[in-house]
Amino acid sequence: MDAQFAQTLWLTLKLAVSTTIILVLIGLPFAYWLAYTKVRIKPLIEALVSMPMVLPPSVIGYYMLVIYSPRNWFGDWLGRIFDVRLAFSFEGVLIASVIFSLPFMVQPLHNGLRALPDSLREASYTLGKSKMITFFKVLLPNIKPSVITAVALTFAHSIGEFGIVLMVGGNMPGETRVASIAIYDEVQALNFEAANQYALILFLISLILLTTIYSVNKKYDTWRMM
Amino acid sequence: MANDVIFIDVEKRMLTANGPMNLVIQATIPAGELVALFGESGAGKTTLLRILAGLVIPDKGLIRFGNTVWFDSAKQINIVPQQRNISLMFQDYALFPNMTVEQNIQFAQPEKNQSAPNELMEMFGLSEFRKRKPNGLSGGQKQRVALARALARKPQLLLLDEPLSALDAEMRITLQDEIVQAHKLLGVTTIMVSHDLNEVFRLASQVLCLENGTITRTGKPEDVFLDNSISGKVQITGQIARIEKQDTIYVVTVISGNNQIIKVIAFENDLENLKIGDRVMVFSKAFNPIISKLR
Repeated sequence: MDAQFAQTLWLTLKLAVSTTIILVLIGLPFAYWLAYTKVRIKPLIEALVSMPMVLPPSVIGYYMLVIYSPRNWFGDWLGRIFDVRLAFSFEGVLIASVIFSLPFMVQPLHNGLRALPDSLREASYTLGKSKMITFFKVLLPNIKPSVITAVALTFAHSIGEFGIVLMVGGNMPGETRVASIAIYDEVQALNFEAANQYALILFLISLILLTTIYSVNKKYDTWRMM
Repeated sequence: MANDVIFIDVEKRMLTANGPMNLVIQATIPAGELVALFGESGAGKTTLLRILAGLVIPDKGLIRFGNTVWFDSAKQINIVPQQRNISLMFQDYALFPNMTVEQNIQFAQPEKNQSAPNELMEMFGLSEFRKRKPNGLSGGQKQRVALARALARKPQLLLLDEPLSALDAEMRITLQDEIVQAHKLLGVTTIMVSHDLNEVFRLASQVLCLENGTITRTGKPEDVFLDNSISGKVQITGQIARIEKQDTIYVVTVISGNNQIIKVIAFENDLENLKIGDRVMVFSKAFNPIISKLR
């Protein structure tokens, strides 16, 4: 395994792990809020969260580039105050990846929470337990399959992300060149052997993750409904 | 304990299967009693229970528990369920599937100690199931866990939402006795939703009848449901299942609460205000019934 190959795989893994960790931290409170909120614009918020599932990555990537650009007030402000340039950097790709994978984290969690009977939450409240204790001790343990699905889907999705990384990050070795882009690059260079190695690894990781999801959900199927 | 009286005067507009309905409740519930909320389904019983628990917020009114105001729309006071020190036993029991029987009961304790859960599990015959999760329990066992959990909270007010509706007749009677025992032992004011007349007579010392969102009658079950002018010694309550005409008389079939079928002769003028589905009482004088030992 040559150094560049290892570097690309390491970067791919780093992007997927960071995206997943950030999304767990954002996704749990957000899915909780979304599941029980009564705000009128909830359908709009749900639609916005799901947009990455229907839009081509190039659309989101384009808007991210526009926002990151120093010619835009946000990009300009970031550059002046923090000396940060997000376009064509790992951090920029990471933010785009978080936004792009948001529905894969939020939707399973949201569905899991909605599927729980309201009486569980209400029973915990009437037993004097705070919303925080109720969430961690009652709700979260009872949507374990949804949590596993959300984490595995998010991870698998960010490992395989292509379009948005290419749009926002380009193809910079060690910075934004992840496995999916490397495959494209190697094929363009007619270097099929290297492309095959990357492709096989991505294929296996995705297969293992999805098999894990389905076997876990099968185990919980009988357990779910009392 | 006169200051433990619950005072309710609330209004809530609610949407039911039969369209919008106004729940308008004025009631005083004495401390330490076992009170039944009786009425047809859709009359607002469960909503009233949930209003007391703080899970449903009334549109306006006042709820006072002793000297503590739980809800006052004029002063914009609404105490959250967590701080009302109540226990609500849900119709579906709402046991936490991720916890064992023991953990469900421990979870409800305001302060952790091991002796109280042990006593409760002993009292409800749950000790051998302590390590089981709720999905491995029968309906009756779940119901016991739910009751034990509700009591572990050491509530000032125990609310039971049709606690026995999902059980068969035999199990129901056993558990009715357990509820009475628990109530006697702990003396906690208890409000129980029921649409089973037998259950109300067996358990409750007070009954509030709800019809279409308002309380129509209150008092002791015998005063509320029985006509005082009747000096019957044998009294069976039930529902009319069938009315058959035979020559000049009618045979009315009544099914009592524990599924006994009783046939009664009636004349045309008796039937003027009776129809199938009506709740009725079949009674007889003391010298009329004949007694015989059951084999």
